[in-house]
Amino acid sequence: MRVLTKKNIMILGSILLAFAIVQLLMSIGILNSFYQITIATICINIILAVSLNLVTGFTGQFSLGHAGFMSIGAYVCAIIMMRIPSTYGFLLGVIAGAFAAAFVGVLIGIPTLRLKGDYLAIATLGMAEIIRVIFLNMEITNGAAGLNGIPRFANWLWLCFFTVATIIIINNFIRSSHGRACISIREDEIAAESMGINTTKHKVMAFALGAFFAGVAGALYASYFYFLKPDLFGFLKSIDILVIVVLGGMGSITGSVIAAILLALLTTFLQSFTAVRMIVYAAILVVIMIFRPQGLMGSKEITDLFEFRKKDDRIE
Amino acid sequence: MDQFLQQMVNGISLGSIYALIALGYTMVYGIIKLINFAHGDVYMIGAYIGFAATTYANLGFFPALIISMLACAALGVLVEKIAYKPLRNSSRIAVLITAIGVSLLLEYVMMFFVGAEVRSYPELLTDKAFHIGEVIINMQQIYIVVTAIALMILLQFIVHKTKTGKAMRAVSIDKDAAELMGIRVDRTISFTFAIGSAFAGAAGVLVGIYYNSIDPLMGIMPGLKAFVAAVFGGIGSIPGAMIGGLSIGILETLVSGYGNSMYRDAAVFAFLIIILILKPSGLLGKNTREKV
Repeated sequence: MRVLTKKNIMILGSILLAFAIVQLLMSIGILNSFYQITIATICINIILAVSLNLVTGFTGQFSLGHAGFMSIGAYVCAIIMMRIPSTYGFLLGVIAGAFAAAFVGVLIGIPTLRLKGDYLAIATLGMAEIIRVIFLNMEITNGAAGLNGIPRFANWLWLCFFTVATIIIINNFIRSSHGRACISIREDEIAAESMGINTTKHKVMAFALGAFFAGVAGALYASYFYFLKPDLFGFLKSIDILVIVVLGGMGSITGSVIAAILLALLTTFLQSFTAVRMIVYAAILVVIMIFRPQGLMGSKEITDLFEFRKKDDRIE
Repeated sequence: MDQFLQQMVNGISLGSIYALIALGYTMVYGIIKLINFAHGDVYMIGAYIGFAATTYANLGFFPALIISMLACAALGVLVEKIAYKPLRNSSRIAVLITAIGVSLLLEYVMMFFVGAEVRSYPELLTDKAFHIGEVIINMQQIYIVVTAIALMILLQFIVHKTKTGKAMRAVSIDKDAAELMGIRVDRTISFTFAIGSAFAGAAGVLVGIYYNSIDPLMGIMPGLKAFVAAVFGGIGSIPGAMIGGLSIGILETLVSGYGNSMYRDAAVFAFLIIILILKPSGLLGKNTREKV
């Protein structure tokens, strides 16, 4: 396997270009702080959606508790950063938050992932609700009032870095043998099991990896918005993430990315009509499910569209 | 001991409300295998209709209850026809997501029209209270329990003694076979939604009277807890939903009475996870074997 293929260099180049353009626009002031918040939201939502997509879209395990893992990452990172207010503290917080979320993911995943479909959805929902209630009652998290004045170290550089890292790691995971095992579980659990795949192990693995990146997203959230309270991570937040995954297409990473950008733009556009925003959200969800249940991209990636052309060339 | 009995009284009245909501969940799940997330919101709208009927039309308790039940039945059928029927043959996850979407839609459309603020219910029933020893039972609790029991008896009658009830049971056992036998499956499903939603509407009015305050997001938590109740009793089983509802109500009041009331929601969900792991078919549910 060569790492420096033409495709990889092009991807790397376009990421660097996108990073530089946004950085330039920020430094000359075209993107004011309002748009910067939108960009941060997009990055955090991309991480959340891609990681939920791994669990729900690729492994087929319907989770309604992603916000719970996000809150673990957010609180762990916030608590560490308030003790060590430096860039090292921030990085330590992100890593610790992510591992804490992954640990809880394994802990919760082992018993609940035996459940299927609707039951799993409700169990994960309940688990996220339990996590929220625990944070609400803890001393160190300052209960319902929440943590305020978390130092801000997450900037565009870190947001971009973690977003790209999440996409690359999850993409590589899906293309590994473990990832193919996860996809086979989605397609048919019984068949996968009879082919010798350890379904529990792979489900827990996907769940933990999803939780890990949800923790990263939470940590970035804590550091960027410097305010946390348990109510931010309720049932509605989990639904928000799910909407992105479903809109983009379950089983499509680029779909999640596109949907995260589209929905963030929609939110920004509807900023002054908060009441209408949720109605539009809900209506989008229902209409998509009725008319295009596979989402915008289905299970295809943007790159599939290019590869299609290449195959044609080869035939000629 | 007295405090325990008092908690039991409170728990049973709260539990009857959960049981009424849980019945709707369990019937809909039994017939089309869908967790109708919007059910909690039908209950919320029922509470608002009851509020409108009593505050603006100055109606009494029973007319308000009946109007609310009828309106919710219509709403339930409407939701089923618009949102769920086109997805009859889609994947389970697609239907579940639609249900979540409908739930959000009802909440925020309602919030758009009536505002997010909490409203207080007018006093419909005398607040006379009976003292039995140290235990206080007030009039509202008696009304709640009696209404709930009456509705459950009515439901048992409909399901077991009428032709429509027989059709409902047939469809829930095997939809295709029922259709071959000449049962109109679509109509039966609509009827199930109508009954379930009517019960949710009744629960909404009862909760308005009991807690005296309503708001557009009030349906989320009771909806989820009623689902827990339905799972505990064995989903698809009507007596199971009643037992489950009462158990969850009692569990919740005991946790807030003896422990920390902040943990009562967590206790219900922890209970759910334990049931799902130990006995996923619930108390009275049937075990289904996985087929290839």
